[in-house]
Amino acid sequence: MDPTALFLSRIQFAFTVSFHIIFPAFTIGLAAWLTVLEALHLRTGRSAYRVLFDFWLKIFGMAFGLGVVSGIVMAFQFGMNWSVLSMMSGPIQGPLLSYETFTAFMLEATFFGVLIFGRPRVSPWFYLFSTAMVALGTTFSAFWILVNNSWMQTPVGYVMEKGMFVPNDWTAIIFSPVVWVRFPHMLFAAYLTGAFCVAATGAWYLLRGKFLAEAKIMLRMGLCLAAILMPIQLFIGHLAGDYVHDHQPAKFAAIEGRWHDEQPASEVLVAIPDAASATNKYAISVPVLGSLIGSMSLDSKEVGLTSFPRQDWPPVLISFFAFRVMVGCGLIMLALAFIGSYLSLAGRIDRSRLFLWATFLSFPLPFIATWTGWFTAEVGRQPWAIYGLLRTADAMTPFLTAQTAAISLVVFAIIYTFIFSFGIFYIYRLIRTGLVRPMLEPALGAVPNRPLSVVGQDARVLAEAGEQP
Amino acid sequence: MIMYWVSLLAISILLYVLLDGFDLGIGILFGLTRDEARRQSMWSAVAPIWDGNETWLVVTAVILWGAFPAVYAMLLSAFYLPLALMLSGLILRGVAFEFRYKTERMRWIWDVSFFGGSLVATFVQGVTVGALVEGLPITNGQYTGGDFGWFSPFAALCGIGLCFGYALLGACWLVRKCDGDIKVAAYRQIPYLSIGLLVFLVVVFSFALVENLEIMHRWIERPYLFVFPAIAALAAIVLAVSVERHRDGLPFYMVALIFLSAFGTLAISFWPYMIPNVITVEDAAAPHSSLAFMFWGEGIFVYPLMLIYTAISYRVFRGKVRETPAH
Repeated sequence: MDPTALFLSRIQFAFTVSFHIIFPAFTIGLAAWLTVLEALHLRTGRSAYRVLFDFWLKIFGMAFGLGVVSGIVMAFQFGMNWSVLSMMSGPIQGPLLSYETFTAFMLEATFFGVLIFGRPRVSPWFYLFSTAMVALGTTFSAFWILVNNSWMQTPVGYVMEKGMFVPNDWTAIIFSPVVWVRFPHMLFAAYLTGAFCVAATGAWYLLRGKFLAEAKIMLRMGLCLAAILMPIQLFIGHLAGDYVHDHQPAKFAAIEGRWHDEQPASEVLVAIPDAASATNKYAISVPVLGSLIGSMSLDSKEVGLTSFPRQDWPPVLISFFAFRVMVGCGLIMLALAFIGSYLSLAGRIDRSRLFLWATFLSFPLPFIATWTGWFTAEVGRQPWAIYGLLRTADAMTPFLTAQTAAISLVVFAIIYTFIFSFGIFYIYRLIRTGLVRPMLEPALGAVPNRPLSVVGQDARVLAEAGEQP
Repeated sequence: MIMYWVSLLAISILLYVLLDGFDLGIGILFGLTRDEARRQSMWSAVAPIWDGNETWLVVTAVILWGAFPAVYAMLLSAFYLPLALMLSGLILRGVAFEFRYKTERMRWIWDVSFFGGSLVATFVQGVTVGALVEGLPITNGQYTGGDFGWFSPFAALCGIGLCFGYALLGACWLVRKCDGDIKVAAYRQIPYLSIGLLVFLVVVFSFALVENLEIMHRWIERPYLFVFPAIAALAAIVLAVSVERHRDGLPFYMVALIFLSAFGTLAISFWPYMIPNVITVEDAAAPHSSLAFMFWGEGIFVYPLMLIYTAISYRVFRGKVRETPAH
């Protein structure tokens, strides 16, 4: 085994999967929102919903395309770089990921075509059905990925036979409590990502004085949804922490920056952990809070990293900071969602320019939170590929050379950077151009006065959508 | 159970080859014309369905992983560089579908991506099949060929052959889906592509005979294999007649039949091996608990549904495409 090849393979996997997750995180939420818009439009017949649907569908299409092509790489990469892992855990991971492809990918890929090209060819109800199928597909996808990853985090339901993990209890694997905490956590993360991107777009239009009516709908729907989901998400996040505490104590200690056993344990809020000396520099910590968070008690003993062999430590710095960045993003989003919902429901949101700027600039936050959440989970799992059973170093393709790994990494890096730059640029341009409203029939004999007619159109859209102008 | 999964694997590979085959082929033909109107027609003939087509590649990969993990691990790690190349090609041509109509000035970038990506992906797929037929350097279940052990003149020849094959499929799809100028052009291309494919098949066959490839012994042991070349020959005759008489619907099915017989030839020549002389289907299969888990859900319910979805999406986009793209 070549250590350079191992390092490059890990970088490549981290790079390609981080690139990939941006798009599902965005499209899972967006697909659900499109379904809601299409259903509202069918039910109420209001054109604003249709205008919003058509606009977001274009953006969805771009993001979905990027998600699909970057996802294909994932299906091959396990076998290419991690052949020992694929061989040993193939009997479990293979079926799980095949369910992912079968149920999700096929639904998405097939009905996506209907969404983009099929409007004139199918009935409105079938079109709504197709939208819902795409949304369902993205949700299934997230589910199976999380079942698979949760098995790598806390392996259950298997026996070792001939050097392979042979499944003997699929119920335990699929209904593992870990899955049912982490799946909602990811799903909500995706919904929040969609909600904040929609709200940020609305804020941008209001700031530029364009598409005022639809912008307000976007802000209200995005922020109110976030205000409901965000507190639940924080709670689910806490439950996710509980499973780490119980099943992956070394990861938990790394996230907490706890080097030595403590009773009762303090909670390190911020610090710079230093693995060489096994201490924290510039630490600000709260006594007893660590025990409270870890075990819901005031005097529990919490395990520190030095209780584990040095070769079983995860990279502490990344786990520690990734977790804090994630929580930080979550708290800012919570504040924005609460303030924004209040302003929106009170009808004052278009006058609060400071808040609109904050909302507009907040769109990277859910992505950063999703990334850092996954960094915490995956980096914290190290040095294991399958927690406690198979080390990442032993999981790699044994004959993979540094040269080959370097070639593929460079090729993927160039191509991903290339398509990402263009993708983001095109999405930016789509959003900047904005919505396309259907033509208004001009009143008989009226001389169209451009500014006035635009204002008039806003008033009409607002009235239709049941909003006060 | 093993037979069931090996059959689904075979169907998925075949569907992939036929479906993504024609859209990769159109990608190759796309590079052979400069005419924007023709390019738009080609685009419209595949844009709504390429995504579903390519999914069959992922389906193939995950069935292989779930049902035959040993083969998945062995092949994907052995074909590391070619697969990285193929994935890059597929990524570039995939995003080209999204990006082409977002720009005027930079359109050439996505046209080059679409053509280049399709060509590279097709060539690599041909190379991997060729390398498998010729035999990979594998000892004790471990690939020992090094970074370029998969490469050989024979494999490269198969790569070129598949480019002709997919392009032919693509041309027949255009005949089927389009009218006007592009159809005329496709009808003109079909004879050249067919002859290219035929020459390739003859060369490959003689090469296999001269080199006395292991796989050729199967033909002597299993004379019924000759039924496949016979089917292919018949299909080729019908193809020639239908092109001559401009029966738009027929050529695609005839080329599909030729592909089917080539595929059948390979599959039966390999049997009972999955990788010739290295690992049999039986040995490669995942434990029963994995196969059964896949069988009772995705195997008997979802897989047929996927076939239905595919049929639905082809039905929604049936008939000739309009001249202007719907994008």
